[in-house]
Amino acid sequence: MAEKGLKDYKAPKKLDAYRLLEVFTASDGRMSILVVLLGFLAGTIIVLAVGRNPGNMFAALMQAMTGWDLTRGVWNIRYVGEWLALSTPLILTGLSMGFAARAGLFNIGAEGQYIVGLTIAQFGALYLPQIPVLHVVLCVLLAAMGAAIWGGIVGWLKARFNASEVVATIMLNYVAFYLSRWVTMAIPGANTYKTPNLPQSAQLDAGFLQLFTNGSNLNYGFFIALLSVLAYWWIMERTRLGFSLRATGLNRDAAQASGINANRSAVVSMAVAGAFAGLAGAVVALGSFNFGRVLSGLDNYGFSGIAVALVGNSTGMGIGLSGLLFGLLASGQPLMQSRGIPKEITLIISGLVVVFVSLRAGVRMFIAWRRRLSVAAAEALDA
Amino acid sequence: METYAVDMIDISKAFPGILANDKVRLSVRSGEVHAVLGENGAGKSTLMSVLYGLYEADSGTIRIRGADVTIRNPNDAVAQGIGMVFQHFKLVHDYTVAQNIILGMEPRTRFGHIDLKSAERRVTELSSRYGLIVDPKARIEDLGVGAQQRVEILKTLYREADILILDEPSAVLTPQEVDELMAVIRRLKAEGKTVILITHKLREIKAVADRCTVLRRGKTVATVDVASTGEDELAALMVGRAVNFTVDKKPGTPGKPVLEIRGLTVKGSRGHEAVKDLSLSVCAGEIVGLAGVDGNGQSELVRALAGIDKPSAGSVFLNGSDITRTSVRERTELGLAHVPEDRHKHGLVLGMRLDENLALKTFYKAPLSKKSGALDFKAIAAKAERLIKQFDLRAGKGPASKAEDLSGGNQQKAIIARELDLSPDLLIVSQPTRGLDVGAIEYIHRRIVAERDKGRAVLLVSFELDEVMALCDRIAAISRGAIIGELQGDEADERLVGAMMAGMKGEDYKKAAAAGKEARRG
Repeated sequence: MAEKGLKDYKAPKKLDAYRLLEVFTASDGRMSILVVLLGFLAGTIIVLAVGRNPGNMFAALMQAMTGWDLTRGVWNIRYVGEWLALSTPLILTGLSMGFAARAGLFNIGAEGQYIVGLTIAQFGALYLPQIPVLHVVLCVLLAAMGAAIWGGIVGWLKARFNASEVVATIMLNYVAFYLSRWVTMAIPGANTYKTPNLPQSAQLDAGFLQLFTNGSNLNYGFFIALLSVLAYWWIMERTRLGFSLRATGLNRDAAQASGINANRSAVVSMAVAGAFAGLAGAVVALGSFNFGRVLSGLDNYGFSGIAVALVGNSTGMGIGLSGLLFGLLASGQPLMQSRGIPKEITLIISGLVVVFVSLRAGVRMFIAWRRRLSVAAAEALDA
Repeated sequence: METYAVDMIDISKAFPGILANDKVRLSVRSGEVHAVLGENGAGKSTLMSVLYGLYEADSGTIRIRGADVTIRNPNDAVAQGIGMVFQHFKLVHDYTVAQNIILGMEPRTRFGHIDLKSAERRVTELSSRYGLIVDPKARIEDLGVGAQQRVEILKTLYREADILILDEPSAVLTPQEVDELMAVIRRLKAEGKTVILITHKLREIKAVADRCTVLRRGKTVATVDVASTGEDELAALMVGRAVNFTVDKKPGTPGKPVLEIRGLTVKGSRGHEAVKDLSLSVCAGEIVGLAGVDGNGQSELVRALAGIDKPSAGSVFLNGSDITRTSVRERTELGLAHVPEDRHKHGLVLGMRLDENLALKTFYKAPLSKKSGALDFKAIAAKAERLIKQFDLRAGKGPASKAEDLSGGNQQKAIIARELDLSPDLLIVSQPTRGLDVGAIEYIHRRIVAERDKGRAVLLVSFELDEVMALCDRIAAISRGAIIGELQGDEADERLVGAMMAGMKGEDYKKAAAAGKEARRG
C-alpha cells in the first residue's frame, strides 16, 4: 500500500479521536481497567448527585477489601474473608461464561448449570457415605460432572441440530430450577425451603481459614476457584484442546476447513463451561449453607458470571480479577449502607461497568468497520 | 485551458494506516473512454468512490464539465450525471429488469400508481439505442451475469448519466461476454457518453480506451494515449518495473492418477445440485486447471474434495483409496492440501497469530504438540520462523503478528506456505491470486509450478482464464456443475475455452468456428 506516502502526509484532524480510540481498545486489559475506573467515576458522581459523601463509599469498599475501618480506626480481617468468599462463585460462573465465549458460544445457561451442580452436591451430601474428605470431594466432583452433562447437552444440540445455544440454555435454566425444587422437596424431612442439615463430612468449611479470617465464611471453595482459574488458563492458552476451541471461536469456517471438528468443540466447550458453573453450585451449597436449600428464586450467580467474563475479557487471570471486583462490590454493600450510601449504588456501578464494556464492543465494531474501509481501499478491486 | 468532463485535482484520501490517494490527478475528456489502470491497492477504487460520493476526499477539487462541485453522496453524483456500475451488482433478484431500473425514481400515473408500462417502454428504447439487449419484463434471477451487467448499465442511462464509471466490468464475464461488453462501450462512446473504465486488464484497455491514467501506490504515475503505448509499457507503468507475463515452465510429465473424482454430485446451499455427476482425474506431476465463470459449482466441488461438505453421490479417490467419507483432518494426513478460495473466511483465523495460523493444520500432533496435550510453543514458533524465511513472508512482528495485520499478499503466501509445508501428494488451489499484486502473483505461480515439478498433482480452480492458460498442463471447463470438456494445455485457445466455459461443447465450437470460416469464405 502507500505507506511510504504517509511520512510526508499530514493526517486530517478528525483521525486523532479515532487513533485515541484505537489505542484504548488495542489492549483488552487496559480497556477493562479504564472501564472499571469509569464505572467508579460515574458511581461517585451519582453519590454526589444524591447529596451523599462519596468518601464514605470508598471507605466502605476499602474496609471490604482490607478490613480497615478508616472512620473508626479498627481492623477486622473477617471482611477480607467475606470478600473472597463472595467472589468465589462469581469467579467460577465467570469461568463458565468465558470458556464457552472463547469457543464462540454464548452460555447464558450458567445459572441452570449452577443449579444442577448445587442440587447434586446437596443430594451427595445427604446420601453418600460420610467418609471424611472423600465425601466432600465426591460431592464436588459429581456436581461438576452433572453440570457438565447439563451444559454438554446444549453443545450437542448445537452441533447436531444447529440449535441456538442461547435459547436452549435459557429454557434449560427453567428446567433446572423447577427440577431442583421438585426433587429436593421430595427428600424425606424436607419442607418448602430446606432439607435436613447436611453432615459435616460434606461441608467445605475449613477451620484454619475461619480461624485466620476471624470467623468469616471463607472455605475451601476459594481454593477450588483458584485451581479452576489455573486450569482454565492452562487448557485455553496452553493445550491443543484450547487451540481448537479458540480457533473455532474466532473463525468457525476456517477451523473446520483446517480439520478442527467444530461440533466437538461445541460439545466440549459447553461441557467444560457447565463443569465450572457446577463447581460454583457445589461451593455455595457445601460452603455457605449447612442445610440443603429448596430454591425459591434464582441466586443469579450464573447471570452475574456473564458480566464477570465480559469485564475479564474471558481470560483466566482477567476473570479471576473481575470476579474479585464484583465480589468486592457485593461485600461492600452492607458497609456502604451503614455509612448512609444507598446499597443500590454498587449495583449501578457494576451495571455501568457492563455498559461500558459493551461500549467497548461497539467501539471495536466501529474500528473494524474503519479497517474494512481501508481494506476496501486497498483491495476492493482485484488486481 | 481545456474543459474536461471530469477533472479530479490533487485528490487525497487517507484511511487508517494507508494513504489510498495522494494528490491524484484524473482528467477525463468529454466523450472519451478513459481507462484507470492500477494494481490492487493502487487507489483506483478509492478514487472512483470519491467521484461517486461514497467517500469524501480529505482534500482536492472535483470539476465536472468545468464547474467545481461537491459530491457528498451518490445522489449528488447522479445529479451531476455520473453513473456507476459496480463489480458486484446491486439488483433485487425477485424484481423484473424494468422494476430494478426504475427503483428509487418510479414514474407515476395520474392516480399515483407506478407506471410500469411507460418504464418498460423507456427501457426498451434505451436498450435498443445502446445495443444493450435485455427483456425489460425478465426477472433478474433468470438472467445471466452478462445480462445483469447490462441492466446495471441501463440503470445509469435511465438516470440520464452521461459519465459512466465501470468498475472492473469484465471480472465476472466469459471471454465472449467481454467482447459484447467492449461493443457496448464503443456504442456508448459513439452516442456521446464519457466512460471511465477501471481495470487491470491491459488487453481491454488496448481494445476500447482512448487514454489511460495509471495509478501506483496511491499516486498518478502517468496519463497516456493508449494508441501510442504498448501493453508492456502500460504494465511497466502499473508495476513500476518490467514484468514477465509468461510463466516459465517445462512440459509436464504426468505420472499415475493421484486424484480421481467419479460421478460426484454435491448439493449447494440452496439445495440445488451445484455439482452434477462430475468426473475428473489429476495425475502426479501435472497441473489441471478448472476453468469456469464464478458460480458454476467450483466452490462446492472444492469444498467437497477438501472434506468440508459431504457429497450426495459419487466418490473421490486419493492415491487409489476412497476418501469420500473421510474428515478434513484424515484427508490432510493422507496427503491432501487445500488453499481455499476465500482466504479470510476459510484460510485464516484472522484473530490468531501468524505462527498459530501456520500451525492450524498440524498443531495437534508432534512436533507441535506434546504427549500431555500441551502445545509446544517453541516448535510452533520455530516452524513459523522457518516458513517466514522460506516463503519470504513479510510480517511486522514476525511469528507473533496477528494474521489480520498482514497484507493480502502475505496472508495468501502464509496459507500457501502452510499447505505446501504438508508436502502433499495433491494440492488443490482455489483462486490463489485473487486480489494480489503482480509481484505476489508471479511468486505464487512459480511455487505452484515448482510443486508440479516435484511430482505432485495440482488442481487449480480459477476464474481468471489467463491464469489457467498460463499454468495448466490440462484444462477442464466447468459449466453448471459439469465438466463440459477437457483440453491439453497446448491446444487450448482462449476462444475455445471461453466457449466451453459458457457451456458449449468443445467439438460443437470447433464445428461452429469452421462453419463460420466457411461462410465467410463463401
